Amino acid sequence: MQYLLMLHSEEAAWGRMTAEQQQQGYAAYMAYGEALKQAGALRGSNRLQPSSAATTVRVANGKPQVVDGPYVESKEQIGGYYLIDVADLDAAISWASRCPGAGHGTVEVRPVWTM
Amino acid sequence: MRKTADVGIESDGAGTTVNAGDDLARAAAEAVAQRSYGKLVAFLAARTRDVAAAEDALSEAFAAALADWPVSGCPANPEGWLLTVARRKVIDMYRGQRRDELAGDELRALGFGLDGGSAASESPAIPDQRLALVFACAHPAIEAGIRAPLILQVVMGLDAKRIASAFLTSPAAMGKRLVRAKEKIRQAGIPFRVPQREELGERLDTVLDAIYGAFAESWTDGAGTDGARRDLAEEAIFLCRVVTEVLPGEPEALGLLALMLHAEARRRARRDSNGEYVPMSQQDFALWDAAMIVEAEELLRRASKMGSIGRYQLEGALQSAHVHRRRAGFANWEDVVQLYDALMAVAGSPVVAINRALAIAELHGAGPGLAAMQQVAGDARLAEYQPYWAARAELLARAGARGEARAAYEMAVGLERDASVRRWLQRRQAALES
Repeated sequence: MQYLLMLHSEEAAWGRMTAEQQQQGYAAYMAYGEALKQAGALRGSNRLQPSSAATTVRVANGKPQVVDGPYVESKEQIGGYYLIDVADLDAAISWASRCPGAGHGTVEVRPVWTM
Repeated sequence: MRKTADVGIESDGAGTTVNAGDDLARAAAEAVAQRSYGKLVAFLAARTRDVAAAEDALSEAFAAALADWPVSGCPANPEGWLLTVARRKVIDMYRGQRRDELAGDELRALGFGLDGGSAASESPAIPDQRLALVFACAHPAIEAGIRAPLILQVVMGLDAKRIASAFLTSPAAMGKRLVRAKEKIRQAGIPFRVPQREELGERLDTVLDAIYGAFAESWTDGAGTDGARRDLAEEAIFLCRVVTEVLPGEPEALGLLALMLHAEARRRARRDSNGEYVPMSQQDFALWDAAMIVEAEELLRRASKMGSIGRYQLEGALQSAHVHRRRAGFANWEDVVQLYDALMAVAGSPVVAINRALAIAELHGAGPGLAAMQQVAGDARLAEYQPYWAARAELLARAGARGEARAAYEMAVGLERDASVRRWLQRRQAALES
């Protein structure tokens, strides 16, 4: 089954880290991604620009309404994702718990809708 | 009433004439339902993770059995017969719901085989995957409050109405939550398996907690007048037996079974002939079920040899200590306090603290008991917890603080939902004045 691991965390935290801490954090994510790849579980992953770069679009009465900012204003925002393919929820939870994002934020595990 | 009652397997009401063949078929179907419901659901759902579909298919298979067996006679392997029919129904459901090529692929992947026919009769022994199903129902991804009801429905085959009445909620609300939980198992891909050794500990705790949750619900009806709740206790004990059979090396499972058997052994003695509540200290122990007590003691002995103590073994040991005190007639409060100390260490809670305070009061007097209780008095959860107020009232009364005792009894009476316990508390309150 495919699961999307969504990494939610406090956006401002990254900016408060020292260069060395950022380097360490970056390396941890690299290693995690590599481990997923080696296990044959990785289907895709990306880090996202901060929510200040987000634009929200909704079509009302046939007209697109474009608003600056994320869908929900909150201190914690989605900062990246991993799409993984594993046997079941336990395996997905096990990968989610290894994700560095689970240490400094929250990882939401969502099964992908299969047609 | 079991879920299979939906298809009319329950015995007929008075005045209905049924021929002998119908009766036999009914009895056979009912027996299989009793014995194999969870096993069949587990087997059917293990591959698809679709519990609702498995239940529907099985319920249709039971209906088919009631139509077929009176005519053709009971099959030699009724379990296998039901499974074969139910498997076909599952396959039909998948074909009907999904695009054909996908359904075919999926079913092949599920290992059902599209012939769907005679597999059950070729392999008469259906593997017992009930425990895997129990672990799926008690998965941490399932909302904690619905785990016990889910196990009762899916594994034990109780219908939502019965479960709702036992858990004091509306059948509609309970039904919705059960449906949602089954959807979650399927959509989220919760596996049907008994966890590996290293992760078993925590997961087994969840299962035992769910079983104990079901048992505890039954316990609020001490008189046993509510059939629904009484059955719940039997089901919980039965399920715990299954766990101990599959995992015989787990001392906490043995401890829980012992704890429940001890409590169940005293059920008859908890009410007098007028239906009035009788506290344990005044129960007629001739009314206790001796066989259950013997079994419970043996289970505790077996568990203690495994060298890993836990919450349920300690609670079982406390029950055992109470039984010994009553029967032998000597005070063993020192042992009891020690057991509560240990219980506080492994599974401390305000509830444990209250019981420990009561034991301390027996050992050292009401003053030290009240002092021990004071340590948890600030816990907001206790404000609505009847046993806290009853225990406090009892100790205040003994300490001679009549006014405070009266107020505490007032709270206890106001919070109690069982009328006979309420009357008992009121009698205690009235006795303050004399």
